[in-house]
Amino acid sequence: MQILKLKETVAFMKYRKFAVVFSALLMAASIFSLVTNKLNFGLDFTGGTLIEVGFEQAADLNEIRGIMSANGFDDAVVQLYGSSRDVVIRLATRADVKAEMLGNQVLEYLQAGTGQNIDMRRIEFVGASVGDELAEQGGLAMLTALICILVYVAFRFEWRFALGSVIALFHDVLLTLGLFSFLQLEFDLTVLAAILAVIGYSLNDTIVVSDRIRENFVKIRVGSPEDIINTSLTQTLARTFITSITTLLVLAALFFKGGALIHGFATALLMGVFVGTYSSVYVASSIALALGISKEDLIPEVIEKEGADQEQMMP
Amino acid sequence: MLNKYPLWKTLLVLVIVAIGALYASPNLYGEDPAVQISGLRGIPTDAATLDMVKSHLDDNNISYASIVMEDEQILARFRDTEQQLRARDLLDDNIGDQYSVALNLTPATPKWLASIGGTPMKLGLDLSGGVSFLMEVNMNEAINKAQESLIDDFRAGLRGEKIRYRTVKRVNDAIEIQFRNAADLASAESFLEKQNRDLLFQSDEDSLTLSVKMTEQKLKETREYALQQNITIIRNRVNELGVAEPLVQRQGKKHIVIELPGVQDTAKAKEILNATATIEFRLVDTDGDLSAALNGRVPGSSQLLRERNGQPVLLKKRVMLTGDHIIDAGSSFDEYSRPQVNITLDSAGGSKMSNGTKNNIGKPMATVFIEYKPTDRVDANGNTIFEKIEEVISVATIQARLGKTFRITGAGSQSEAHNLALLLRAGALIAPIQIVEERTVGPTLGAENVQLGFQAIMMGFGLVFLFMLVYYRAFGIVANLALGANLVMIVGVMSMIPGATLTLPGMAGIVLTVGMAVDANVLIFERIREEIRAGKSVQQSIHQGYDAAFSTIIDANITTLIAALILFAVGTGPIKGFAVTLSIGIVTSMFTAVIGTRAVVNAVWGGKRLDKLSI
Repeated sequence: MQILKLKETVAFMKYRKFAVVFSALLMAASIFSLVTNKLNFGLDFTGGTLIEVGFEQAADLNEIRGIMSANGFDDAVVQLYGSSRDVVIRLATRADVKAEMLGNQVLEYLQAGTGQNIDMRRIEFVGASVGDELAEQGGLAMLTALICILVYVAFRFEWRFALGSVIALFHDVLLTLGLFSFLQLEFDLTVLAAILAVIGYSLNDTIVVSDRIRENFVKIRVGSPEDIINTSLTQTLARTFITSITTLLVLAALFFKGGALIHGFATALLMGVFVGTYSSVYVASSIALALGISKEDLIPEVIEKEGADQEQMMP
Repeated sequence: MLNKYPLWKTLLVLVIVAIGALYASPNLYGEDPAVQISGLRGIPTDAATLDMVKSHLDDNNISYASIVMEDEQILARFRDTEQQLRARDLLDDNIGDQYSVALNLTPATPKWLASIGGTPMKLGLDLSGGVSFLMEVNMNEAINKAQESLIDDFRAGLRGEKIRYRTVKRVNDAIEIQFRNAADLASAESFLEKQNRDLLFQSDEDSLTLSVKMTEQKLKETREYALQQNITIIRNRVNELGVAEPLVQRQGKKHIVIELPGVQDTAKAKEILNATATIEFRLVDTDGDLSAALNGRVPGSSQLLRERNGQPVLLKKRVMLTGDHIIDAGSSFDEYSRPQVNITLDSAGGSKMSNGTKNNIGKPMATVFIEYKPTDRVDANGNTIFEKIEEVISVATIQARLGKTFRITGAGSQSEAHNLALLLRAGALIAPIQIVEERTVGPTLGAENVQLGFQAIMMGFGLVFLFMLVYYRAFGIVANLALGANLVMIVGVMSMIPGATLTLPGMAGIVLTVGMAVDANVLIFERIREEIRAGKSVQQSIHQGYDAAFSTIIDANITTLIAALILFAVGTGPIKGFAVTLSIGIVTSMFTAVIGTRAVVNAVWGGKRLDKLSI
């Protein structure tokens, strides 16, 4: 079976000006959203207390809010989580209560207030300083990953490809973050992990394309760099699609079956895979082309034997 | 001939996959409910204990599946949880004061498998349920204490050398000693410098001060020591909690991770972990004027503290002994049936106590209980500021020269004496600690997570399986075989590596690997199709397809591996779990997708004359 039956080379690069505008617009929108809406940072980064409880019957959120404010927690955010019987209560860090005792206290209040048997599902408490540290570490991790990858790709390929693929990665990460900011989805540690996985995935795609471009520059003797890039993209298109499909299939499984805890993770990866597929075709290759990639840059240098030029001088 | 593997290569592939399957197999066996018994405070667990446990169980008609001693622990397995719970309660009542009796689930791995190192995967707290804490050591306080003890040393040393000084005090992060003349300053400097090579001395002739600072090295050592001491003490405290397989581990420069699987009652755990209390024994200043001190004129060498009932006491600043010399403490009743705390010291503590009390018999000695309570304020470096609360818990007259063992009476009610003993026993911290992060997962959520993760893996696997079958037909089957082998090998490797823990994000990592692992096969198969379209023979196409795709696969996987390894390096807890499965998945998938499928393809299609290929 074949999904794509391409007889002719698709002129991908012809549309690269549109792609540049499209990407630039999306990136600008993401930055705008990140600046105005900011990211909805989860407990991992903000610090505070989160309590997830399971009720025997469908939970009455207003009743729970009432119990919370009756006990002096007016700022408690009470939400359903996953099902109608699961409730998540978020509390900000407070000066007057020992934060690490808060979770157990809230459980007691709810137990007494509702008269129901409450199942403690999860209590998370993160101190403010830890949250800052995690945010710092997370940013550092992303930066380190990008730099290491830049170095590896520059070493294995060529600096134009390296720059192209790192910009593509930056593009993917920015758009994924932009989506999280725009939809105000919670950004926690698992989402951060997903974004690093997006870096890995998107790069995978870009490398496959770059690899083929390099191969074709050596193999195909005629044609402009643009033609060669078009040919390479066409040749790898089937693979790009199929891998995206299989990855999207498993992500769909995670999204629908993985439970509420994995939801953010799956969302980030779904977005990342979409953007990553697009960026490996348009962003990385267009940048390499714009930077003036040519045949000479990619044909391996012939290392001359020592003394090879001296032979000619001999009679 | 093209596309034929030598026999050894095919066998090697089979053997590697078989080993993976073998080590993955312990995960198929369930777990037995068990009770784990280990001695507290150095009480040995030996054959006699084993007999005692057996007789306790036999006498009460509790049937057990097996009972063995391993690694100085006794492990009793039961057939059902009811017997297990009965046994725990019984043993806790009878030998609970000397032994820690903990509920546990032990893998029901068959003996032959266990003997070759086969164990099931370790489940993270988000899957097994339990609580994890992140504790932060207050390093500022550790440095403060080290400086205070230096000040004491300087005073004693200079006095011993008969060098006269005016004052010794702390100024910012340095200690300044004031002298009366330049000669004293010079001799003090040469004397102290000889004694403390890890300090920086700087003398100022004009103001006659000697300023002493700790070197970076010394500061680092002090912090390191504070962290290590805290880890040791927390280990002891955690052991007192009676938890099976607790984990206490350092993380970074000032954090300690504590994982208590299966613990539900986090309040008790927190109370014990959080009690950052220490004890100091000091002499009461009987010469000082208490009423003058109450009006604010406290003598320089003394300090005004209060007892629990508000009664003021004037104490000497000099600390006779600190709590870190305490080896053991217990509560009992004295001859008048009053609660008392019995204390045993280490030998250094014993001689300190003996020196401190020999000239002070008949004088009152106070036990000061010092608690550090974290406040919500932070200093410039983002460290939590701790409030030091000092309270005199007992004033007792020194009846005799005290040695390594002595007792304190009048510590309050029996339960207070018991609590005090528990705190003393668990050790005293040189630097206070605070819980900065807590994650508790209830057992229902844990079980649910396992189920959800398992379902997601199965569903993702099934979808990819179907897709590959439809899209690549016969070659799809080969890719699916590789996928299956890959899954088995991930589980096998995860079970083999002792430190690897399966978490919910880790399960997501496995799902993701399933989706991405087929990429290598897609690359190869698409390449084979291309070659066939280009008019090459079937065997040529297979050969070329594998060859040409190889370097691409390596490059693509190495870069993903870089991302995964960085995630592993900076990530904690569940995130680390994700990085682990992702990294393992990348490596195993390269093996199964490139070498594994090649072996199958070569065995089925290799070396034959073929006109068409089912791809």
